[in-house]
Amino acid sequence: MLQRDYTTSQLDVLEAEAIHIMREVAAEFERPCLLFSGGKDSIVMLRVAEKAFWPAPIPFPLMHVDTGHNFPEVIEFRDRRVAELGARLVVASVQASIDAGRVVEQTGRRASRNRLQTTTLLDAIEEHEFDAVFGGARRDEEKARAKERVFSFRDEFGQWDPKNQRPELWNLYNTKISRGEHIRVFPLSNWTELDVWHYIRREGIEIPSIYFSHTRAVFERDGMLLSDSEVVQRGEDEPPFEAVVRYRTVGDMTCTGAVASTATTIDQIIDEISATRITERGATRADDRASEAAMEDRKKEGYF
Amino acid sequence: MDILRFATAGSVDDGKSTLIGRLLFDSKAIFEDQLEAVERTSRDRGTEYTDLSLLTDGLRAEREQGITIDVAYRYFATPKRKFIIADTPGHIQYTRNMVTGASTADLAIILIDARKGVLEQSRRHAFLTTLLRVPHLVLAVNKMDLVDYSEARFEEIREEFTAFASKLNASDLTFIPISALHGDNVVSRSENMPWYEGSSLLHHLENVHIASDRNLVDVRFPVQYVIRPHSATSQELHDYRGYAGQVAGGVLKPGDEVLHLPSGLTTTITGIDTFEGPVEEAFAPMSVTLRLADDIDISRGDMICRPNNQPEAAQEIDAMICWMADGLKLQPRSKLIIKHTTRTARALVRDLHYRLDVNTLHRDESAAALGLNEIGRVSLRTTQPLFVDDYARNRLTGGFILIDEATNGTVGAGMIVDAR
Repeated sequence: MLQRDYTTSQLDVLEAEAIHIMREVAAEFERPCLLFSGGKDSIVMLRVAEKAFWPAPIPFPLMHVDTGHNFPEVIEFRDRRVAELGARLVVASVQASIDAGRVVEQTGRRASRNRLQTTTLLDAIEEHEFDAVFGGARRDEEKARAKERVFSFRDEFGQWDPKNQRPELWNLYNTKISRGEHIRVFPLSNWTELDVWHYIRREGIEIPSIYFSHTRAVFERDGMLLSDSEVVQRGEDEPPFEAVVRYRTVGDMTCTGAVASTATTIDQIIDEISATRITERGATRADDRASEAAMEDRKKEGYF
Repeated sequence: MDILRFATAGSVDDGKSTLIGRLLFDSKAIFEDQLEAVERTSRDRGTEYTDLSLLTDGLRAEREQGITIDVAYRYFATPKRKFIIADTPGHIQYTRNMVTGASTADLAIILIDARKGVLEQSRRHAFLTTLLRVPHLVLAVNKMDLVDYSEARFEEIREEFTAFASKLNASDLTFIPISALHGDNVVSRSENMPWYEGSSLLHHLENVHIASDRNLVDVRFPVQYVIRPHSATSQELHDYRGYAGQVAGGVLKPGDEVLHLPSGLTTTITGIDTFEGPVEEAFAPMSVTLRLADDIDISRGDMICRPNNQPEAAQEIDAMICWMADGLKLQPRSKLIIKHTTRTARALVRDLHYRLDVNTLHRDESAAALGLNEIGRVSLRTTQPLFVDDYARNRLTGGFILIDEATNGTVGAGMIVDAR
């Protein structure tokens, strides 16, 4: 009876699943928002959101937690993309949290605002009364994330309790919460880093320039290349030098390392990632190196 | 390239972590920094071998206790397919995790230790896999190296399991003798077992046909979200009204006559929209937006189907329930929230017919309640009609979850066996 084999490609299956998740949130929550950092995962998530509600505009605002230490190229990209979509952007500022005395800036050469973001994020969620917050995290990124639900419950303190997660069956998501609680929603849970790049290529999506190879003043710390910038505390024993690099992930300048690379096109990036033997967070993120369970501990506090 | 989702059931003792580790390692899905971290941790703990379970056991408590608590999802790809592994713990106290992992799986791998043969837990894994209607089942008879790669031992296990599986009406069943530790029949055919003529495990995973496992016959489109742009600038968009959702069954085409539930009114599909433009057909698991010829009052939770092929609009539902709550029990008169496709209603437990012993399949008709990880047959009455099929016919329109009104926790999973 069937004339053909109804096979669906991997990217189409992942996209259909992500669209379903986004519509489910838009239908069942009062005040969702989408975390948009200008990084590749949130760029893909934003494209999926555009598709999910087309021809209507995206029915929720975007939010960026700005550490004040972001790459200028990424902030420029963020603002341009938001303007193109005519979306509403909420910027939650870590600097403002510091000024208000909500958090205390770390000192010393390893000072980073990475952990401070959690307070800024949770304050913004409370202030705007967001009840669902989309994040671009993927399960292949990190072992604690591999155990997290697509709809991940957060209590009034924004905490994640890994031992008390709601079972998630079929494509049925429990969206019930009480006032003050919220759900973090991860539509790209089942995507891998390579899926994200293949999707960016297929869709012809623009990404910030720092993902491509460029010459940059850097210095070396713990085997990572950090950008030589006024926001990163460089020691006397850490001389700067010029290198041909690109960024594999985009986070705060103080804890995101560059990788030596000559890849100037998406195809070359895909070739490079297909051949690499190091995970993206292992190669580029000082924030995950603190301990074996660094991510789990931050997530429990309410981190992304 | 398509996706195969598979669940693995077994314990560390069966070599499950070793098997997954080998699949990931041989397909280059384990990276050097991950392997180094695992080697370092294994060394620190004085383990003599590299404990690959540390790759999947990501939570602090799991590492401390050396057990798998929750479902871990793992990813790898070969040039033929992308694979999503739902790695589930095998012990009876984690039945709910296995049920969760199996709910979306196209295939399940059950590991058996060749020395020990078919154990109580193997039977339980097979039962749960069948209950969740995982379309393909692989019995991986592991540690063949420890039984001298004996064909007779493999045949003995195959016969014993086949006899048991016939009681379950298990679907597609494949037996593969392997040694996860040495890699026999995992990625490539083993020279140690020339008597085995089937394919290696990976070859089987790459080639098992799954496209027709989806229901492509009964058109089921649960309306998820109504798209109304209300555009002031474009006249065309001003009147646009689309019904967005993910196809749960059948093939929809423009021009098809369809029926709307609960109204029972018929209309015609005028277009199937996506961001890329209109498409000529839609089938599971596509997420699309339907435009219809007539102005019918349609909202989230409604169902689009064919006039001559409708789901049951039911408020009396019989289902097999897997109870997942710690503390709270399911018993007659329990009131719960039920979520089925895109429709949420309230449900009253009218009757608990029996509790099933998942090891022996014995039905205990005197049971008064279901506790954590227990499975039983239940009758429910719902406040609104749900548009349901038997779970055996369609997993998406036959499955539901139960939510506790007091705690908002997901407390049960249901598979519909009868409805009216």
